[in-house]
Amino acid sequence: MAATPQQIADRLGQRYSAGFVTDIESDVVPPGLDEDVVRLISAKKGEPDWLTQWRLQAFRHWLTLPMPEWAKLDIAPIDFQAVSYYAAPNQKNRPKSLDEVDPKLLETFDKLGVPLHERARLAGVAVDAVFDSVSVGTTFRKELAEVGVIFCSFSEAVREHPELVRKYLGTVVPHTDNFFAALNSAVFSDGSFVFIPRGVRCPMELSTYFRINARDTGQFERTLIVAEDDSQVSYLEGCTAPMRDENQLHAAVVELVALDRAQIKYSTVQNWYPGDENGVGGIYNFVTKRGACRGVRSKISWTQVETGSAITWKYPSCVLLGEESVGEFYSVALTHHRQQADTGTKMIHLGRNTRSKIVAKGISAGRGQQTYRGLVKVQPTAAGARNHTQCDSLLIGKQCGAHTFPYIEVRHPDAVVEHEATTSKISEDQLFYCRARGIGEEDAVSMIVDGFCREVFRELPMEFAVEAKRLLEVSLEGAVG
Amino acid sequence: MLTIDDLHVSVAGKAILKGLDLVVQPGEVHAIMGPNGAGKSTLAAVLAGREGYEVTAGSVRFHDADLLALAPEERAAAGVFLAFQYPVEIPGVNNTYFLRAAYNAQRKARGEPELDSVQFLRRVREKLKILSLPEDLLHRGVNSGFSGGEKKRNEIFQMAVLEPALAVLDETDSGLDIDALRQVAEGVNSLRSAQRGFVLITHYQRLLDYVVPDFVHVLADGRIVESGGPGLAGELEAHGYAWVADRKVGGAA
Ligand SMILES: Nc1ncnc2c1ncn2[C@@H]1O[C@H](COP(=O)(O)OP(=O)(O)OP(=O)(O)O)[C@@H](O)[C@H]1O
Ligand SMILES: [Mg+2]
Repeated sequence: MAATPQQIADRLGQRYSAGFVTDIESDVVPPGLDEDVVRLISAKKGEPDWLTQWRLQAFRHWLTLPMPEWAKLDIAPIDFQAVSYYAAPNQKNRPKSLDEVDPKLLETFDKLGVPLHERARLAGVAVDAVFDSVSVGTTFRKELAEVGVIFCSFSEAVREHPELVRKYLGTVVPHTDNFFAALNSAVFSDGSFVFIPRGVRCPMELSTYFRINARDTGQFERTLIVAEDDSQVSYLEGCTAPMRDENQLHAAVVELVALDRAQIKYSTVQNWYPGDENGVGGIYNFVTKRGACRGVRSKISWTQVETGSAITWKYPSCVLLGEESVGEFYSVALTHHRQQADTGTKMIHLGRNTRSKIVAKGISAGRGQQTYRGLVKVQPTAAGARNHTQCDSLLIGKQCGAHTFPYIEVRHPDAVVEHEATTSKISEDQLFYCRARGIGEEDAVSMIVDGFCREVFRELPMEFAVEAKRLLEVSLEGAVG
Repeated sequence: MLTIDDLHVSVAGKAILKGLDLVVQPGEVHAIMGPNGAGKSTLAAVLAGREGYEVTAGSVRFHDADLLALAPEERAAAGVFLAFQYPVEIPGVNNTYFLRAAYNAQRKARGEPELDSVQFLRRVREKLKILSLPEDLLHRGVNSGFSGGEKKRNEIFQMAVLEPALAVLDETDSGLDIDALRQVAEGVNSLRSAQRGFVLITHYQRLLDYVVPDFVHVLADGRIVESGGPGLAGELEAHGYAWVADRKVGGAA
């Protein structure tokens, strides 16, 4: 018997549990992009003139750029004039505390498992919740302020700490970096700002939860994390969006700065709506993430679990400037049905004795297409540089694909650059072995996949490792049989 | 408990089992011997429910059920265990975690309560003592990087934890050193009970010195061609399989 559209939707809804829409009145800027829209966004946020000018400069540069086409992605042309670049839930006055936030918004984050109220907050994790183009609120601010840590929305940072924002904004990812970075620089809405002062080890995990809700809008967040000398921070971001038939655009920029001996650990669990089985709908995820290890022995570690989005274009990178600085990239990317991902990292070795480590795990199922694209570059200044890259692909079924493009440029004779790559299928033997022990097929697949991802999951904070594992299971439903 | 009646099985269109009969009662240990390529592993695979084996005639009943109608995991839950001739590696999946998942999946399927990790660990520790397996095997990936002997012992360990009603061991003794062989044999003996049946597929008398079977069968060319008591294994070792074939040809003529 054929399922009714409603039944199908119900089933899909179970698969993508974050697919609901919050019914809330929003202030949406009409679709289209020109200098007036850029000025309007800046004005809505009450920004200083330097920032408005900074945006305009980026916008003018963006106009000169073509959309990049080098990635192994099949993308229908995007009409950038059909997108609305700003949407904010209507709120009378800017809420001064979480108590004043619209209950509907709080409810939304409750449903997503990120409660914001005092009584239900996640223990030991401070959360900044971003809904469409604005931050709804940030938890644990007082506790963090006591140790000098600044954790707030980007807009607020512009108001409260303009000198810090101005000092670091665009210094890691300049607006000239690429098409999407230029676009983001022109229209970025909210995101998070983190500042860890000298010598402070951030007492809790910081996290931002990004939610796209409004129809036909893009989300363009901007995150900036600065860790001063001898400081440490672990930051995580999560992302979800409603199920819609139209593709929605998400183009973020994340900049990290680590000074002497500072350590930044940045983890992402990306679960944007991936589209349906036939590739209808889903988020286009074009992200530029880069960290600069500016100080000696500084360390930046990226961990990403990418299960969502119709299209993922993302290469979190490290510029290893400080002597003996360390860059790490741990990634699990999953593409199922018609999802496509072109993701990887860049490790740019500039300082002496810099080290980098790349562990990339790609899982493809259904008609999913996945590409690992990585660059390891050792400049003449980087005596003693070392890199180790491990790049594994796991295929489930016969119609998916996995591709690997490791680029290596070594300009110092001392450098040691190692690359290992494997491609495997979940074998019949493994499945049968599990089943012969009593484990059902779907459970066997998720167990094997989980084993495959172990090295990466190990890098995630505990609660998120559990969440990541669950997400993979849900995303792989129906991948075998 | 297990009744195999006139079983015919083809693999890739080729007939491998050609009318095999075997009855195993609770408490019995049956040894199956036979030349390479005779179909011993095929029998084991069919009992465990591996895909790609086409049953063209005959039946297999386990207790009151049609075993062939069950999915592999259902057979496991019903109490059928296969120790693989070539145990499979699953990298990154913790051995204990795997075994607990298997154990609890079986219990769940039988409507029994699942064990939490503390309860399960206690059980694992007990079994470990009996088998004198090194504890670090518990924390490694399933069979990954295990030596041949370690893999075989891990199979027996799994069997000990899962406590199946019927255990089919496919050449678990092959490739073991003397001490490991003794440990495997002890593992099997410690599980022998009035309720449990064993089918031991082996090429060597050696195992049967330690695990004395109730019956020995010779599987050749897809059939059981000879059955006897434990003494038959010794005769086979002395005379080779040709001796059985000659006798059969003589008898048929
Ligand atoms: N997948 C397959 N495709 C084709 N032939 C197969 C397949 N599996 C088994 N066979 C054949 O079936 C026959 C029986 O194989 P089986 O593994 O059951 O023998 P065995 O008695 O266990 O032998 P051994 O003592 O060497 O383990 C062999 O001729 C083998 O080549
Ligand atoms: Mg065999």
